[in-house]
Amino acid sequence: MATKMVTKSAAVFGSCPLPIFDHQQIVLGHGSGGKLTADLIDQVFLPAFKNPILNKLDDQAVVTVGSSRLAFTTDSFVVTPIFFPGGDIGRLAVHGTVNDLAMSGARPLYLSAAFILEEGLAVDDLRRVVESMRAAAAEADVQFVTGDTKVVNRGKGDQVFITTTGIGVVEDGVNISADRARAGDQIILSGYIGDHGMAIMSQRENLEFEGAIVSDCASLHGLVASMLSTPSSRGKEFIHCLRDPTRGGAATTLNEIAKRSSVGMLLREQSIPVRESVRGACELLGLDPLYVANEGKLLAIVAPEMAPAVLRQMQQHPLGADAAIIGEVVTDHPGMVLMKTQIGGTRVLDVMFGEQLPRIC
Amino acid sequence: MKYLDEYRDGDVAQKIVGEMRRIQTRPWVLMEVCGGQTHSIVKNGIDHLIPEGVELVHGPGCPVCVTPLEMIDKAHAIARRPNVIFCSFGDMLRVPGSEGDLFTIKSLGGDVRVVYSPLDCLKIARANPSKQVVFFAIGFETTAPANAMLAWQAHEQQVTNLSLLVSHVLVPPALEAILQADDNRVQGFLGPGHVCAVMGYREYEPISARYQVPIVVTGFEPIDILHGTLMTLQQLEEDRAVVENQYSRVLGPDGNGAAQKLVNRVFEVTDRKWRGIGMIPMSGFQLRDEFARQDAEKLFDVAEIATLEPEICISGQILRGIKKPHDCPAFGTLCTPQRPLGATMVSAEGACAAYYAYGRHLQPGKPLHQIASAETLGVPAGRGD
Repeated sequence: MATKMVTKSAAVFGSCPLPIFDHQQIVLGHGSGGKLTADLIDQVFLPAFKNPILNKLDDQAVVTVGSSRLAFTTDSFVVTPIFFPGGDIGRLAVHGTVNDLAMSGARPLYLSAAFILEEGLAVDDLRRVVESMRAAAAEADVQFVTGDTKVVNRGKGDQVFITTTGIGVVEDGVNISADRARAGDQIILSGYIGDHGMAIMSQRENLEFEGAIVSDCASLHGLVASMLSTPSSRGKEFIHCLRDPTRGGAATTLNEIAKRSSVGMLLREQSIPVRESVRGACELLGLDPLYVANEGKLLAIVAPEMAPAVLRQMQQHPLGADAAIIGEVVTDHPGMVLMKTQIGGTRVLDVMFGEQLPRIC
Repeated sequence: MKYLDEYRDGDVAQKIVGEMRRIQTRPWVLMEVCGGQTHSIVKNGIDHLIPEGVELVHGPGCPVCVTPLEMIDKAHAIARRPNVIFCSFGDMLRVPGSEGDLFTIKSLGGDVRVVYSPLDCLKIARANPSKQVVFFAIGFETTAPANAMLAWQAHEQQVTNLSLLVSHVLVPPALEAILQADDNRVQGFLGPGHVCAVMGYREYEPISARYQVPIVVTGFEPIDILHGTLMTLQQLEEDRAVVENQYSRVLGPDGNGAAQKLVNRVFEVTDRKWRGIGMIPMSGFQLRDEFARQDAEKLFDVAEIATLEPEICISGQILRGIKKPHDCPAFGTLCTPQRPLGATMVSAEGACAAYYAYGRHLQPGKPLHQIASAETLGVPAGRGD
């Protein structure tokens, strides 16, 4: 074994460092939204499915049908536990898909829902999930118009998996995509980060923190509509990019935009809103809130002259009350996100590699 | 956040750095011993804040990093067994052995679980009486008391299906090994705050005296590290070499007596192999004979597994402060956290992994404060250049 390893290293050393795709099996990190997920997309999915719409790798596709521009997206939900502080898998399944539509500036219209149920799931639990899906859809003013149900053997699923697909309509003049960030643009975050991820973790791992951490899961299209309604003399193109930083957190999302737009980003650590309770829990576990998942937050890249007005508009909306400008887009270091630390140093924020793991000490 | 933000204050940092500039007359090489300190230095950009002639090199204090590859292979051999529940701290899961990591073993059906406290294993053992529960007990003096408590309780409560795979190491013998080497560059140490919270710092006094090297026991927040660096610098400039305590808000000279008593009751000092460094005599803990029934290495018959490291890896030199991660041609290309070739890339606290996580591989050779357009946000660049 030892000989084999040494030979292997020596043989590849000095040759072109091609991307290495070592995993012969899927590991959990492939679903984390970080580097492993990106590898899987690049090396397995894109080669098979590539086309100009998919290649944009936005959270939704915007397609033109007749004279309408439709936003179209799908998302699967596999969270454990299925009920958590501030929400449940049903709410998440509605908000997640609505938000993916909203991030194109679309008005969400219709959803589908597909359920994979594990044998033995309590029907009352399913009712609770479905009821909260109904409530979340009503809040978001969308309707479920089609669906599907499958049941798998006990042990072949984890209570309930839900896939939702959504379509929405994008108004004329709205042009939002991750490749539109320009130097000088301001980076706006809609509120406190890390709430959802830490709520799930505290529940999953039975960690009891002082002051419960509650998931932020919410549908963001109302906030987006409000942002788009900011009075402007130059149409609606002032919002260049929108993303909801779910898996992989704010740092991973900003890296995706920086790479897609070939721009650099410079953040100020002190301007990034993180709740005391979330910061405390992250400190304790050795996690970084910038890489923790959110389900009700958005990052907006906005033209500099419009940024203060958009920020004010956001702060008047309940889901944007704590919004802040956290940094700006720069020409230097394209594809990289840097941050001025609280102490005055500089740090690079790379994409998350796999799952964030609690540190040993 | 209270008790944290005070130690992350940019104005205080500038004052400390100003004082460093005032007293420094020549270049110095200091080593921070702990991986947690390395992480904090790179995360906060402290190495770019301090004066140019003060070099911080990164020490051996990353518990996951220095765990030998063969011990990881032993852990994996145990974790692959069908009747085993293998419990570990989270950051050990991604560390590759000769064949994959614990995540891979989990994906192939192994029962691998992350625990936050070693004592969680007792609950798991009681809930699964037909399974063998094995805890991967690694770390420095910091984690030794909690791991000792697990062995002690399993022993006292006669929990027969619980054992520990022990790979514990000790800081003082590693510092001596660094100082004894012919190519040593280290002139002063930022001592390991958490280790000393358990053990106190009296055992560092003979080392400081024998090698005439300042050792300042230091905390982990940015201001702690800057303050510890300044205190070490003051000693060097004044030609003093003693043990001092920067982290007095947490620890005193004698450490935690109750913890030490428990550790000594359960463990005895033994020779240990360090990943990247090699064998250091009397540099670790093993379970005492009385706890043989809790010793997974004996129960699972894995003592024979022996593995060599890839030759290209320079982590031994990095762990001893001879080289920096970007001195390695494989850093960030062949050797990444996804596919680490050696000790210092395997754990988040390892110097190479910390450099990678904070993007130091993306613009090699170009200092971050130059590429950061630091003036853009009206924040002064770290160094006065």
